[in-house]
Parts: sequence; structure tokens; C-alpha cells
Amino acid sequence: MAGRKAVRWHIAVFLAPAVLVYTAIMIIPLFGTLNLSLYNVQGENRIFVGLANFATLFGDPRWSASFWNALRNNCWFFVIHMLVQNPIGIVLAAILSSPRLRMAAFYRTAIFIPTILSFVIVGFVWKLILSPIWGIAPGMLDAVGLKWLYGPWLGKPDTALITLALVSVWQFVGIPMMLIYAALLSIPDDVIEAAEMDGLTGWAQFWKIKLPLILPSIGIISILTFVGNFNAFDLIYVAQGALAGPNFSTDILGTFLYRTFFGFQLQLGDPHMGATIATAMFGIILVGVCLYLFGIQTRLRRYQF
Amino acid sequence: MSKSRSHTGRTIAAHAVLLTYTLIALFPVFVIVINSFKSRKAIFADPLALPSPGNFDAVGYTTVLEQGHVVEYFANSLIVTVASLFFVLLFGAMAAFSLSEYRFKGNMLMGLYLALGIMIPIRLGTVAILQMMVAGGLVNTRTALVLVYTAQGLPLAVFILSEFMKTISDDLKNAGRIDGLSEYRIFFTLVLPLIRPAMATVAVFTMIPIWNDLWFPLILAPSEATKTITLGSQIFIGQFVTNWNAVLAALSLAIIPVLVLYLIFSRQLISGITAGAVK
Repeated sequence: MAGRKAVRWHIAVFLAPAVLVYTAIMIIPLFGTLNLSLYNVQGENRIFVGLANFATLFGDPRWSASFWNALRNNCWFFVIHMLVQNPIGIVLAAILSSPRLRMAAFYRTAIFIPTILSFVIVGFVWKLILSPIWGIAPGMLDAVGLKWLYGPWLGKPDTALITLALVSVWQFVGIPMMLIYAALLSIPDDVIEAAEMDGLTGWAQFWKIKLPLILPSIGIISILTFVGNFNAFDLIYVAQGALAGPNFSTDILGTFLYRTFFGFQLQLGDPHMGATIATAMFGIILVGVCLYLFGIQTRLRRYQF
Repeated sequence: MSKSRSHTGRTIAAHAVLLTYTLIALFPVFVIVINSFKSRKAIFADPLALPSPGNFDAVGYTTVLEQGHVVEYFANSLIVTVASLFFVLLFGAMAAFSLSEYRFKGNMLMGLYLALGIMIPIRLGTVAILQMMVAGGLVNTRTALVLVYTAQGLPLAVFILSEFMKTISDDLKNAGRIDGLSEYRIFFTLVLPLIRPAMATVAVFTMIPIWNDLWFPLILAPSEATKTITLGSQIFIGQFVTNWNAVLAALSLAIIPVLVLYLIFSRQLISGITAGAVK
């Protein structure tokens, strides 16, 4: 038993590289950013200002209007994902998982394709398709007699954000589909057979038996959607530029952070306010994740088979 | 009799829904690729027509390839992705092994600490990462990108791999110990080959966001020599907005390699997800 007291160096050797890189590149910069948000430049010196930057961000009209606008847009962006992306994903997964469905592998592979494309491709592809110059979208609506529906959706302030959110939904619907599909496949056959014995089939079976069993997976998808949406940047940047036009109607926290930190047009970049925005985003994500972990996940009933 | 008819009806409805959504998913990609082979006039006159000898024109592709940088950008992306992937897999597997194999003080805590990164995006540290890279003279190097992507990929890799390593039988490892193998030999010669399927899953999950990332190349390595293909095509397309042939060709060139890779690895990816990679 003396051997147990010896220092087991191999544990440290196995852990060290991962922990070092992770701590140095992820954790320390994260705290660096939190720390930077407490300082500001006055004249030549960098001084500690406490929470004054946050007061500026939330209260000073020059900053707060942009911040609340970005936050509101970001919330919309998230709501649209929750209302459109996840239900579509669940429906597709439910259909895909039905037994004896032919070509399921083909559908699965095809529907996941947009998810592997980069935002650059997705952003430009949809910009071209929705463009009034090219006329694919109006032409197709015309073919089904709905031409009056068409408008320059990406160019109008009241439709641009919804359009981009739907493009993002188009890109990522594969993820909820796959995760729900995996959850549905893991439901044991005897549970399904028992339900069939009791006369439950089709949609009734899905609502009463399968849906309660996959609720934990739906919870995970919701939180992944939340983190992804409040961290989004690329699609808006590619489609509308850093100014998130028209007239900031598609500005979300990611683009706001980028503009503040790096500056745009004549405005200079401001690392301290940039860090303040990043800290605010960190807070929002943390609150969301904690609400989920302690408020929702603990109440979800998990079934062991 | 009526039961079987309603069953056929449901099957047809299922296929109708799936087929409709498949069309929605593939149509935009299809339109871009077919039009990239057409003349400018044909692109506008009949966007949905297939390329044919009458309207064929590869001028877009020659414009893009004349820019000359495509190959370098592609090489940059490849180097950064492969190097990051290598470090994520090696370091991730090592950490996962020590967390799942040994009992030591702080094991749980260390696992939680490493798992934090799954929920908190690394982008929020960008401000400080850039300052650090400036101080270390690493701005506009591929090293900076590899470091960032390694840190970004590690949390999920450690999480998935340690779940998987718990399933490897102790007997095998103990047999190795009795034969006098060191812990390092056990890891590299016994355990690593066994977790290859899980490594492939982690590789695919890690690779896609790295290859497609725009944020860090834009901020840490925007120079001509270090541009990745994602950043390069974003800038290229931005400059050529009015040259439709070039834009469509550039988009097709960006889509095709990813698509080919995906079709090769899709079985792996899908079985990885459905094996409960994210529980």
C-alpha cells in the first residue's frame, strides 16, 4: 500500500497539455476581458473605473440605444429559432425515425448539408437568391401566383432580421433534427410495443409516449440554440456588413461587439467598451445557462430503461 | 384492409414532407452550382436552366483562378485545420484518459473545469486574446489560429472521449500493467487504437467549425499570407459583387470541397451523433 502514496507523475503529464492550452487561451483571456471592462482611458492614463463602463453602456444615450437595439434584435433572433428551427427539426426527426421508412439515410444526409457549409457561403447564396436583380425568388413566387408577396426582404428594416433568422434556421435545422433523431432511436422497442398494445399509434403515440421521453434532448437543443444565437456574428457580417444594415435593423450583440472593438468608418475602436459588451454577453449567456440548469433541467423527468 | 391503406397514405405523406424539405435544403446550392457554368446572359435570362452547350461559359472559374491566391488560401485553411485537429485529438485524448482512468483528488473538479468551455464561447475572450497575441508577436501567424482552435476544440473532445474511455475494459489495461508496460505505453499502444471511432467523431465535430470560422481569421490573421479560404472568399466575393460569373464560381469552389468531404465522412458523422455523442 506504500505505492499509493507515491506521486503519480503520469497523471499530471497526461493532463498538463490540455489544461495549459485551455487555461492560457480560453480561461485567462476570458477573465482578462472581464477585467478590461473595469478600466477606461482618461487622457493618457488607463484608470480603474469600476462599473462606470456598464453605466455608460446601459444608460448613456449614445451607447444604450445601440445596446438595447442589439439585445432586442438578438432576442428576436433567438425566438425565431426556437419557434421555427426546433419544431421543424423535431417533426423531421419524428418522420425519419418511423420504422421501415425507405431512403431515410438519403434524406438525413441531404437535410444536413446546409449545416456543414460556412456562413460565408450561406450568406452570399441567399443574398443572391433573394436579390431583386437576379430574380430567382420573385420568379419562383410568380410561378405559384404569389408574386405580390415578394419584396426586397434583406433591404427593408422591418423584414431584414426575420429573413436572416430564417436563413440561419435553414442552415442549422440539421442539428436539432439529428439530436432528436438520435433520442428517438434510443427509445426501447418494448415501450413502443406496449403503447401499440394499448392502441396508441401515429401522432397520438408521438405526443403521449415519445415526446415526454425526448424532453431532455429538446432542453439541450434549446440551450445550444441559446448559446449559439447570443454568440452569432458571421451570418449578419457576411450578409449585411459590420454596420448590420439597413439602419442597424439586423444588429445583434456579436456585430455590435465587433464594431465597438475594431471601430468602423470614422469611429475609432474602443477596447474597453468592447470588453464591456463582451462581459455583458458573458453575463447574458451565463444567466441563460444557469436558468436552464437549475430552473428547467432539474425539473425534467429522466427515464431510465 | 383500411388499416393498410391508411398506412400507405401515411408513408406517402412522410415521403412528401421529407422530399419537400430536402428540396428546400438543396435548392440554393443547386442553383448556385448550375449557374456558375453558364454565360452571364444565361444566368439572368433563365436562372433555373441547366448548363448546356448553348449557354456554357467557364469565365467565372478562370477569373477566380487568375486571382492566384486560391491555392494559398486553401493551403492555409488545410494547415490550420489539420494542425488544430492533431492537437485537439492528442491533448484531448490524454486528458480524457487521465480523467477516466485514475482516481485522484480534484478529478471531478478538473472535469467540470474543462467542460465549462462547452457552454461558454471562446469568442468572448477575443479582446484579451488579441492583446495577448500582439504581446507575443503572434498576430498574422497560423500559430495564433492553431492555438485558439486547439483551446476551442478541447472541452468537447475531452468530454466525448472520456465518456468513451470509460467503456474500455479494465482487464486489458491491467494485463498490460502486469506485463510491465508503463502508463504511457498503455495509453499509446493499448487505449489509443481502441478509441479510434470516437476520435473520428470528435475530428468531424471539431473540423467543421474550424474550417468555416470567419471571426478569428478576420481578427487574428487577416494578412495576405495567412488568410484562410473562408476569409479569402468573403473578401473576394465582396470585391466582385457585380461580376456574377466570378461570384458564382467562387461560391461553387468553396462549396465543392466541403461537400465532397462531407459525403465521404457523412456515415461517420451521423453514426457519431446517433451514438449519443451529445447526451
